[in-house]
Amino acid sequence: MTDKFISIEAIAKRYPGAGGATTTVFENLWLSMKRGEFACVIGHSGCGKTTVLNILAGLDAPSEGAVIVDGQAISGTSLDRAVIFQSHALLPWRTVLGNVAYAVSSKWRSWDRAKVRAHAQTFIDLVGLSGSEHKRPSELSGGMKQRVGIARALSITPKMMLMDEPFSALDALTRGTLQDEVRRICLETGQTAFMITHDVDEAIYLADKIFLMTNGPGAVLAEVVENPLPRDRGRTDLHRHPLYYALRNHIIDFLVTRSKTFTTEKPDHDPRNVPVVHIGKPGLSIASNGEEPRQTWMPGTNPGLSA
Amino acid sequence: MNTSLRLRAGLVSIALLAAFLGIWHLATRSTAPVTTMSPEYAKLMGLTATQGKSAMPGPLDVGAKLWEHLKRPFYDNGPNDKGLGIQLGYSIARVGTGYLLAVLVAIPLGFLIGMSPLLSKALDPFIQVLKPISPLAWMPLALYTIKDSSISAIFVIFICSIWPMLLNTVFGVASVRKEWVNVARTLEVGTVRRAFTVILPAAAPTILTGMRISIGIAWLVIVAAEMLVGGTGIGYFVWNEWNNLSITNVIIAILLIGVVGMLLDQILARFTRMVTFPE
Repeated sequence: MTDKFISIEAIAKRYPGAGGATTTVFENLWLSMKRGEFACVIGHSGCGKTTVLNILAGLDAPSEGAVIVDGQAISGTSLDRAVIFQSHALLPWRTVLGNVAYAVSSKWRSWDRAKVRAHAQTFIDLVGLSGSEHKRPSELSGGMKQRVGIARALSITPKMMLMDEPFSALDALTRGTLQDEVRRICLETGQTAFMITHDVDEAIYLADKIFLMTNGPGAVLAEVVENPLPRDRGRTDLHRHPLYYALRNHIIDFLVTRSKTFTTEKPDHDPRNVPVVHIGKPGLSIASNGEEPRQTWMPGTNPGLSA
Repeated sequence: MNTSLRLRAGLVSIALLAAFLGIWHLATRSTAPVTTMSPEYAKLMGLTATQGKSAMPGPLDVGAKLWEHLKRPFYDNGPNDKGLGIQLGYSIARVGTGYLLAVLVAIPLGFLIGMSPLLSKALDPFIQVLKPISPLAWMPLALYTIKDSSISAIFVIFICSIWPMLLNTVFGVASVRKEWVNVARTLEVGTVRRAFTVILPAAAPTILTGMRISIGIAWLVIVAAEMLVGGTGIGYFVWNEWNNLSITNVIIAILLIGVVGMLLDQILARFTRMVTFPE
């Protein structure tokens, strides 16, 4: 199919367990994304989110199945798929410029020093770190380090960005600013992005599509939630949108209860045709849950509920 | 605060040194009564018998002798009477040669072992057996096969300084943060470039720590090795002066061995700091 820029087809990940048994983290997992789409994966720890991301990145190989990116099955890592690591993973012996330039010179090996520097500088400016080029990572705050990580990932102009909880180690204020930056950059450059998060609000703000995964081992992709919020949404007035709480409650309900019970309740779940949930459109799959979309604000709901 | 702490520590150090020298001076003072004897007999007996001088030299004797040595560090009056500078030079040259050879072997080999789990497992039993052998136990074998005492001493230095470097390189290379390796992998960096741009800088502090341990051991061992092989070097000097019953020179040699060992350690410590970057 042509509209599938990324297609994960029937992948499984198994680990040898004790006594010759194998532990299946997940199996027969299907997932697809369009070009330019921003997808977030939400699920509890241990459901294999990071494994899926590592397989997409090529850092890990699936036990079964294949991943097709832009019409080609992937084998191993590629400069087309940039990874933003949770712990930023900057090389401490290199400066900010050195870290970004390392990525640039890895992609364009024939470039001379000046060209590499100029290219790296563009991306350092893009993430708002002009003036800190010659600092080492230890001299930067957590948010600035992650900005360098973003600049490094963007500098190789990848076809897609893979982010493993990139902002989870940051304070709320910094996280907000970086979410804005990432959203702006992805919209401007039409970047395809795949992000793992524990933060429901982060997913609602950033994602076009939210993948909900059940608990592992034996995790399955339960639902794909389409984000009903307008594309020009802002972080500050996000919660005023009439569909915001319906969407948020749907995700939190899933995390709190349905992620545990989903596999037993839906034995006929077809992993190839995962139900797509359109919040707020009457008659669509939200009703299959047996619940009306709730649009009232619920006191006591923890906005940062995470796994 | 910090400078005042340093100042106070310095003052305490000086006070301790002064107290040590004072006690030493008092303990080695001439105390026994001066006996009268014929001048010729007195000449034979020496100051200990005639003026009750302590057999142990005092700090002033050592200081005077040290000053004499420092004034003429490089004189050469034949095989048994060379300046301390020459003796130390021989020792440092031996340590340097053996140590550099060990660096050339240990670091590339450690890199290979660290990067290959197969080699790591296969070579482990050999390393475990060879590591605890006292370097001096190799001396007879070295003398028998090499047939040259000076080169044998260098071999002993080589064999004693190789293990800490090898093991630290293996450990440093094998325990490079997975994320840094993953960064290189996602950037499609080839194995050789990855080894030089990620693994070497990441493992450098651990490797340098191994090198620092090695230089310390090498400097410990060279004294013993030179006592065995003889001829030149600070270890030989110590043994030769013991045979001359010149305790003053023995004490001076001990002091200088300590100072040189400290300098070697400080040099490596500085290199370690140069390659260590906080995260």
